[in-house]
Amino acid sequence: MSWVREKLFSSWPNAIATVVIVWLAWKLAVPFFDWAFVQAIWVAPDPQACREAKGTGACWALVHEKHRFMLFGTYPFELQWRPVLVILILLALYVVSALRACWRPWLAAAWIVGLAAIGILMWGGVLGLRYVENERWGGLALTLLLATFGIAFAFPLSILLALGRRSEMPVLRLLCVVYIELIRGVPLISLLFMASVMLPLFLPEGMSIDKLLRAQIAMVLFAAAYLAEVVRGGLQAVPRGQFEAAQALGLSYWRMTLLVVLPQALRISIPPLVNTFIGFFKDTSLVLIIGLFDLLTTVKISIGEPKWVGFGIEAYIFVSMVYFMFCFAMSRYSQNLELELAGGAAKGGAR
Amino acid sequence: MKILRSGRSRALFFQAVALAVVLAALAFIVHNTMLNLEKSNIASGFDFLGREAGFEIGESPFIAYGAADSYGRALIVGLLNTIRVAVVGIVLATILGTLVGLARLSTNWLIARIAGAYVEVIRNVPLLVQLFFWYVVITESLPGPRDAVNPLAGVFLSNRGIALPGVESHAAHLWMLIAFVAGVVIAGLVARWTRARQARTGQPFASFWVGCGIALGLPLAVFLAAGAPVKLDVPQLSGFNFAGGVVLTPEYATLLIGLVAYTAAFIGEIVRAGIVAVQRGQVEAANALGLPRRLTLRLVVLPQALRVIIPPLTSQYLNITKNSSLAVAIGYPDIVSIANTSINQNGQAIEGIAIIMAVYLTVSLSISAFMNWYNKRIALVER
Repeated sequence: MSWVREKLFSSWPNAIATVVIVWLAWKLAVPFFDWAFVQAIWVAPDPQACREAKGTGACWALVHEKHRFMLFGTYPFELQWRPVLVILILLALYVVSALRACWRPWLAAAWIVGLAAIGILMWGGVLGLRYVENERWGGLALTLLLATFGIAFAFPLSILLALGRRSEMPVLRLLCVVYIELIRGVPLISLLFMASVMLPLFLPEGMSIDKLLRAQIAMVLFAAAYLAEVVRGGLQAVPRGQFEAAQALGLSYWRMTLLVVLPQALRISIPPLVNTFIGFFKDTSLVLIIGLFDLLTTVKISIGEPKWVGFGIEAYIFVSMVYFMFCFAMSRYSQNLELELAGGAAKGGAR
Repeated sequence: MKILRSGRSRALFFQAVALAVVLAALAFIVHNTMLNLEKSNIASGFDFLGREAGFEIGESPFIAYGAADSYGRALIVGLLNTIRVAVVGIVLATILGTLVGLARLSTNWLIARIAGAYVEVIRNVPLLVQLFFWYVVITESLPGPRDAVNPLAGVFLSNRGIALPGVESHAAHLWMLIAFVAGVVIAGLVARWTRARQARTGQPFASFWVGCGIALGLPLAVFLAAGAPVKLDVPQLSGFNFAGGVVLTPEYATLLIGLVAYTAAFIGEIVRAGIVAVQRGQVEAANALGLPRRLTLRLVVLPQALRVIIPPLTSQYLNITKNSSLAVAIGYPDIVSIANTSINQNGQAIEGIAIIMAVYLTVSLSISAFMNWYNKRIALVER
């Protein structure tokens, strides 16, 4: 009771605000609950039932009917156990990478093995698996692949860029600064357009890169510039004394960087790195504009079908929830990690 | 190899190699592009800007445009449309974001929680999904213009967009604007005089209120002198759509709502962090000095909070501008959308994308230059 008085009715304006909010929430939440759950249609093979309930009940049957297409795109129906497996491997890799007890050298090996397995599963063509060309990849599987491979390649590149930007060699520094600022100054869409219409012009005759790979390259180049700035922040936070001590020990530049500077810099920058990953994961949805079949595209196509037209709100609530689960998990993880690392630093300082 | 062991020559060597690699890659790309363009018979150069575009543009509120106009004019229409959504978006997102940030710090548990939930949901869903969602809400759930939702007098929500009342323009309005600018200048002079006098004699003067009075009073005087000419232009249903007033198309409304809702969540977090960053001791010290609450806020809390807020706020303004390029996905004719149409028509991809990139780089660099200047002005002067 004292909690209620203190948190909700501490003063007259507060009390009025509380009452108004509760009343508004009641007015809005009850019809929404009714629409989303009570009157909703969960399973219906044809949309007629949904048409009749339109306006009063949500049509989740759309998601039920179309979930295979939304999750896996046009991947051959009978082979869809392969993208299922791929998604499970990816989720396992994410979870393992999030556990600090697993931050050991074998984690890198696990990633290499995992990504190789994913490649084999998606493409096939070996081990008796049927070959599936990557124009047919799609849905959630494609979204996760774009995000994961994008970060896996952008991260090492970003470390090089950040080191280059802080290097003492003016030409190298200038090249890195120009690259980073150029990429960060333009929207991702313009890079994706560039990848889809200009990249083919850049290549010699007879050489071509397929659309998916082109988009992936653009996303790697984009993510690297943003990650480089985060890594640079971490590098700047490493105290000068650490550099000086490493030099006094006679370590070469690369040994100093790899053994002394980077471990500390990356540790500091993990929380902001995770935040950049979240942004990047959300940005993979932009490949819709150049016509790749990621999760958002498959959902949009599903409601473009004449049979299911008019149920866009349900479809976009569904896809929002999928994105939300991934991003919210990452953001909570980064917040916890930040507290944990801050706690560790405080303990270290007291020693 | 002995040369490589000395630090300076090694640095020179590495830089020469890096530069050579980059230049070689560029040359390779340019060479291939030339060959490919020649082979596919695509013209190059910016001559196409003068040719007839031949496509219509859905909205061009500032300059007249028709299909017979040139590509150059079409691109200018696109640029103006981008600026129109970015500027309005920045203003509204700043207001909403500040409210969200303050709400998150509210002592009322419900308000703080609702603002927190808003921030979490908005920040963890891609902007493109949100734009599609709002577009569907406007075009599918809202009724037609005949039974438009009418939440406030003169405001109509329908699947053809949002109609708002406007004010019919009158010659006196221009004079009011001039009077306002003059008032602001005079208020600035008063503030300067006050500061100088206070430094000299220690006597305070309520320059803020006097300044506000002058800046608002002058236009008001002009307004009254001109016989208070105000005529509201209320939207009227005519045929299948609204006429008169200010009509926002569904595309513009979607983009504006989406960008403002999305960016406000980020700005809210920035504002909150900025206020939290001002140490409690600062407020307590101001109280101990006997400063009234209003002056504490203006002289102690706000200047320190702004110093933390401005740099990340700048990058949010840049983000709003860059994110407005998602317009292409919902069919709002911004610069990216129009450049894309022109690329599809004449195949001059390099020029089209170069124009897009040049526009965004110019906007980005000028916003960050302005913000750097502002930031330097309010930065802590260490004495």
